[in-house]
Amino acid sequence: MENNKQYKASDFKKGQPRWCPGCGDHFFLSSFLKALEEIGATLYDTVVVSGIGCSGRLPYYVNTYALQTIHGRAASVATGIKVVNPKLSVWQISGDGDGLAIGGNHFIHANRRNVDLNMVILNNRIYGLTKGQYSPTSPRGFVSKSSPYGTVEDPFRPAELCFGARGHFFARSVANDGSHLVEILKAAYHHHGASVCEILQNCMIFNNGAYESIYSKEGRSKNAIYVEDGKPLVFGENHEYGLIQKGFELEVVKIGENGVTLDDILVHDSHCEDNTLQMKLAMMDNEHGFPVALGVIRDVPSLTYDECVNQQIDEVSEKKNYHSFAELLETNDIWEVR
Amino acid sequence: MIPMADGLRIKELDHVVVRFSGDSGDGMQLAGNIFSTVSAIVGNGVSTFPDYPADIRAPQGSLTGVSASQIQINDDSDQVLTPGDRCDVLIAMNAAALKTQIKYARAGAIIILDTDGFGTSNLEKAQISNPDYLEELGVDRDHVVACPMTQMVEECLKNTSMDHKSILKTRNMFALGVVCWLLHRDAHLVEDFLRKKFQKNPQLAENDIKVFMAGYHFAGNTHASVPATYRIDTRKKHPGRYMDITGNKALSYGLIAAAEQAKMRLFLGSYPITPASDILNELSKHKSLDVVTVQCEDEIAGCASAIGASFAGAMAVTSTSGPGICLKSEAMNLAVMDELPLVVIDVQRGGPSTGLPTKGEQTDLLQVLYGRNGESPVPVIAPVSPTDCFEAAYWACKTAVEHVTPVVILSDAYIANGSGAWRLPDIGQLASIHPHYAPKEMADHYTPYIRDEKTLARYWAIPGSWNNGSGKGFEHILGGLEKDSVTGEISNNPENHDKMVRLRAEKVARIPVSHVRIEGDEDAELLLVGFGGTYGHLYTAMRVLLGKGFAVALAQFKYINPLPANTQEILLKYKKVIVCEQNLGQFATYLRSKVDGFVPLQYNEVKGKPFVVSEIVDYCIKVLEE
Repeated sequence: MENNKQYKASDFKKGQPRWCPGCGDHFFLSSFLKALEEIGATLYDTVVVSGIGCSGRLPYYVNTYALQTIHGRAASVATGIKVVNPKLSVWQISGDGDGLAIGGNHFIHANRRNVDLNMVILNNRIYGLTKGQYSPTSPRGFVSKSSPYGTVEDPFRPAELCFGARGHFFARSVANDGSHLVEILKAAYHHHGASVCEILQNCMIFNNGAYESIYSKEGRSKNAIYVEDGKPLVFGENHEYGLIQKGFELEVVKIGENGVTLDDILVHDSHCEDNTLQMKLAMMDNEHGFPVALGVIRDVPSLTYDECVNQQIDEVSEKKNYHSFAELLETNDIWEVR
Repeated sequence: MIPMADGLRIKELDHVVVRFSGDSGDGMQLAGNIFSTVSAIVGNGVSTFPDYPADIRAPQGSLTGVSASQIQINDDSDQVLTPGDRCDVLIAMNAAALKTQIKYARAGAIIILDTDGFGTSNLEKAQISNPDYLEELGVDRDHVVACPMTQMVEECLKNTSMDHKSILKTRNMFALGVVCWLLHRDAHLVEDFLRKKFQKNPQLAENDIKVFMAGYHFAGNTHASVPATYRIDTRKKHPGRYMDITGNKALSYGLIAAAEQAKMRLFLGSYPITPASDILNELSKHKSLDVVTVQCEDEIAGCASAIGASFAGAMAVTSTSGPGICLKSEAMNLAVMDELPLVVIDVQRGGPSTGLPTKGEQTDLLQVLYGRNGESPVPVIAPVSPTDCFEAAYWACKTAVEHVTPVVILSDAYIANGSGAWRLPDIGQLASIHPHYAPKEMADHYTPYIRDEKTLARYWAIPGSWNNGSGKGFEHILGGLEKDSVTGEISNNPENHDKMVRLRAEKVARIPVSHVRIEGDEDAELLLVGFGGTYGHLYTAMRVLLGKGFAVALAQFKYINPLPANTQEILLKYKKVIVCEQNLGQFATYLRSKVDGFVPLQYNEVKGKPFVVSEIVDYCIKVLEE
């Protein structure tokens, strides 16, 4: 509006974070502030919404409009904000417990409706603020304070939920993978519709070693694959491996062996409407001999709820013959007593 | 009694109660609606109450599938009215209806039957074993108007293109015709009503009119085999323009009017629940008034999305019934802590748990006052009649945005579904609404808990640069954690918490509400006290008692929190006080906690149906004669 000031990451910064030293939340926050700067966000058109948990504190460290809500309901609150004023840029920051356990219902419905929210799941597979209980993303057998003999339940995988709820955008990064994280947050911002960013992160205190295989640059070069739209799905220290489709499955192949060339490798298509292969990419893990997929896995623009709600209001307004309360009254069966 | 030329008599009455009953699909609600409208048009007072089954569609002709609509009309449209205790005219379209509804007819009432609804299979479904069903049900034959309605509508519409099923659906119009003749209603008004209602399907309107007139003439030709007909004149007319309105619709209209007055977008976040769904249904129609409705995934999201909408600057509302309030409580508390404007509508139904979904009670009072963790004050208003819901909703919106607080509207199934003739408001006379926005000058030093010294309302700042200038300078965070009273930062300081608890309570306590009014005999020996939707019944009971020569008065509370300033004075003034409510004494408990030395008698009934005036009268006489 009245100014075209470019806000810097430092303008968005506020307060002194109180997370434990080494917590993934610190890394995420600094990338988030950087992403806001690079997007060209303003302080007053940006709203950051959170729920409860370690992640819930994040809005206190951002110098924009912000709302820390109640446990699990951030997506619903964010929906109300966005529908009333679609011009606001709305970021929802949740953890795996807040977003997928108590808030699981709202997570899937925000995706189904395709509200134009940027939803971030900081996934450390543990309840940190309550000091160490397993979460809905903890692997089967996970030993924690509330599962001393190991869990006997399977975890959610956020991508699977997102896709199952007809989500149109899913990206993944690792908390300490600074510039990559900034890029996927920017992609989420630019995506027209609900976007989900899963941020894999360590909890130094209660789940140290989570994602150990990909928590360093070296680890990622071996055990992760950076997916990029239009580029072949190759990975490895020297990009020597690639993914091909075999039958109903993906398969890891070595380029140059058994006659495999770069031309045989699948090319990533994040804009493909059909999510089958995107889902397969998102579900890959080291335990099954696959690299973990990082980057924008799915990015398909679609009608957004907030726009459609407001568009319908405009369309109906044009057709209806009443536009004020006084005129509304006249649409009823009225009689006059003289 | 005026004798007519041919010996039929006309009884002049000041009121009459009619009850239409039949199968859920028999169109009884429409018949009742038309009857009440044509009565209201001539200036009668009207009050209606639908009594429909909780089953989605019970088997046809079964006892659980009976749907009824009761209407009282009187000769003075300004008189507070109820749908009446027992009816003077009962229409029963089949055996199950007669069996279940006869208990609502007074002794000597006229009973209009579709005798075609009393075949062997109907009797079986209604579990009536004696083919002489009148005998088995103890119905006085002298007062029965027996019409083979099914045969007559078939005859009436045989030359039309209507299929048989649709023909049968017009039986309600035949019954309406009989009733309208019996009560001297103007048949032209019914014709006009039907033509207007079905203007998109004129053939349907004409067929309905044909059947209606057939019923009207049938009754006239046979004198309906009754000794007298009834006439209710309009004794006192109150000029103005009127419409028939239910409580839920009046609430919706109040919200719309307030949002427009405040120049705000109206937002409703809701989840369907009986008996509140009609608010969602109504508001979702009015997109041309820029009303946003979001049908959420659950009750919690309904409230949470409204909180988001409020933060973004809308007139935010969530609507539900008791079970939904249970779910929304945590989110309501967030609005208390954030001090965000929010209107929460609780249309009470029978509880606990799923309870009696379609029936009314007043059992959520203490829940909305105290059913949240922490010290959590919210203003509560309880509309006293279907038409009063408009004003209650308007007040709730005004209070929410001017005092920056959540507000609860405590309605109930009885006034939500009941209707009355509503005199249209003069829009120029509606109270002004000034949302307590942070003024522009505050931009460089704004923190969210700076308050107006007088009202203690905090200043409300809206994000974004879209429609209210730049939000720049007002960036701030709200949240459920306790905040410092000055800086708005998270604070665990014990003194600060104590201060904030008191500030939130005092802010609500300072909301101005009008005095509670004493009606009836100011110097009475006995004061009846009620709140919310029981007004019509308590007022009628008071009038009956005054008519019998007893010195009684009534104080009906609409403002529950804060209580009116004259509450203590009134409650302690009378020798005997009876608090009448549809719960086990929640309002009495509340008043006793607020007024030292107040020890009332209690009249409590929790049947899921409105009070019966005669029973209250009997109780009061007993108390007065003790």
